[in-house]
Amino acid sequence: MPISIEDLNNVHIDVLREIGSIGAGNAVTALAKMLNRRIGMNVPRVEILGFKNVNEILGGAEIPVVGILLKVTGDFSGDMMFILELKAAHFLVNMLMKRPVDDLSDFSEMDISALKEIGNILAGSYQSALATLTSLNTLLSVPDMAIDMAGAILSVPAIEFGKNGDAVLYLETEFSEGSTSVVGDFFLIPDLGSYDILLKALGVIN
Amino acid sequence: MDKIIKIGMADLQAAKYPGTITTLGLGSCLGIALYDTAKKIIGLAHIMLPSSFQAKSGQNLAKFADTAIVKLVEEMTALGACKENITAKLAGGAQMFTFSASSDMIKIGLKNVAAAKEKLKELCIPLISEDTGGSYGRTIELYSDDGRLVIKTIGHGIKQI
Repeated sequence: MPISIEDLNNVHIDVLREIGSIGAGNAVTALAKMLNRRIGMNVPRVEILGFKNVNEILGGAEIPVVGILLKVTGDFSGDMMFILELKAAHFLVNMLMKRPVDDLSDFSEMDISALKEIGNILAGSYQSALATLTSLNTLLSVPDMAIDMAGAILSVPAIEFGKNGDAVLYLETEFSEGSTSVVGDFFLIPDLGSYDILLKALGVIN
Repeated sequence: MDKIIKIGMADLQAAKYPGTITTLGLGSCLGIALYDTAKKIIGLAHIMLPSSFQAKSGQNLAKFADTAIVKLVEEMTALGACKENITAKLAGGAQMFTFSASSDMIKIGLKNVAAAKEKLKELCIPLISEDTGGSYGRTIELYSDDGRLVIKTIGHGIKQI
């Protein structure tokens, strides 16, 4: 019987938070280099939410968000997903493209490509955190992106979690640059058989 | 004043006139809207997966197309609806990401729609209209005065089915 999210105890959650902290730390370093700015972050929060409340993530089901999805294959298989508020995505792209940070005009093709690259960097940061802690080797697919209502984007990880339980697990990290802060949610969605692999590799179950 | 009931993921609810039921941001999930035309009783389910056989934990009936429809009809008849008068509308079942890989994940929307249609047919509930598929999210509102289903999107307009 695979482990479901509801079975996770505090030790498991601490371990996941640690992956989140290291992953986010790597991501901050990478983003700071790319943007040539000082980026701060807080300690990521691990959240477990029942489906009925999933729509409250990021402030409501109808607010527009950017979702970046990557497939993970290798020793461990599943999906990784980042969700950023649309405002936050604009902020990052504008910094990267050296435009005024409050420019909210529609994304150009170049902007979308830049966002996917940010997705790549973030995913790579978490992937290497995972590899450091578990010595599981994984490969990431090219990122896929969608911009839509938070609820609709969140339905993708929620459905995958739904096959195995009634809750989703995610890490919420706040990145900041100067006085602006950006909230990003990170979902690691193991395939059904991969929960055990992950927790075994982390040494929390035998 | 209309009473607006909001339901979340893997959730369902029935209501009498003059109630309105809404669910926000349907992606690959599917909204199943049932309406008793004579008694003006509505029921809405926000399902996530096609069938209760697929998943390990089958306790939440509102999570699956097959079990949610049965449960919703029960709740509506408990409010006085007549099964013979119930009609259905579907909205949602989108594919949010276009991954080229043929993973299960991307077809889930279509599977949800197919499973709901099959169950409706089995229960002899006529499907009046649908707005399914595509690659965008939908917010839906089901009204009890005439059973209309209003669908709102980001960038794909508002429509009524």
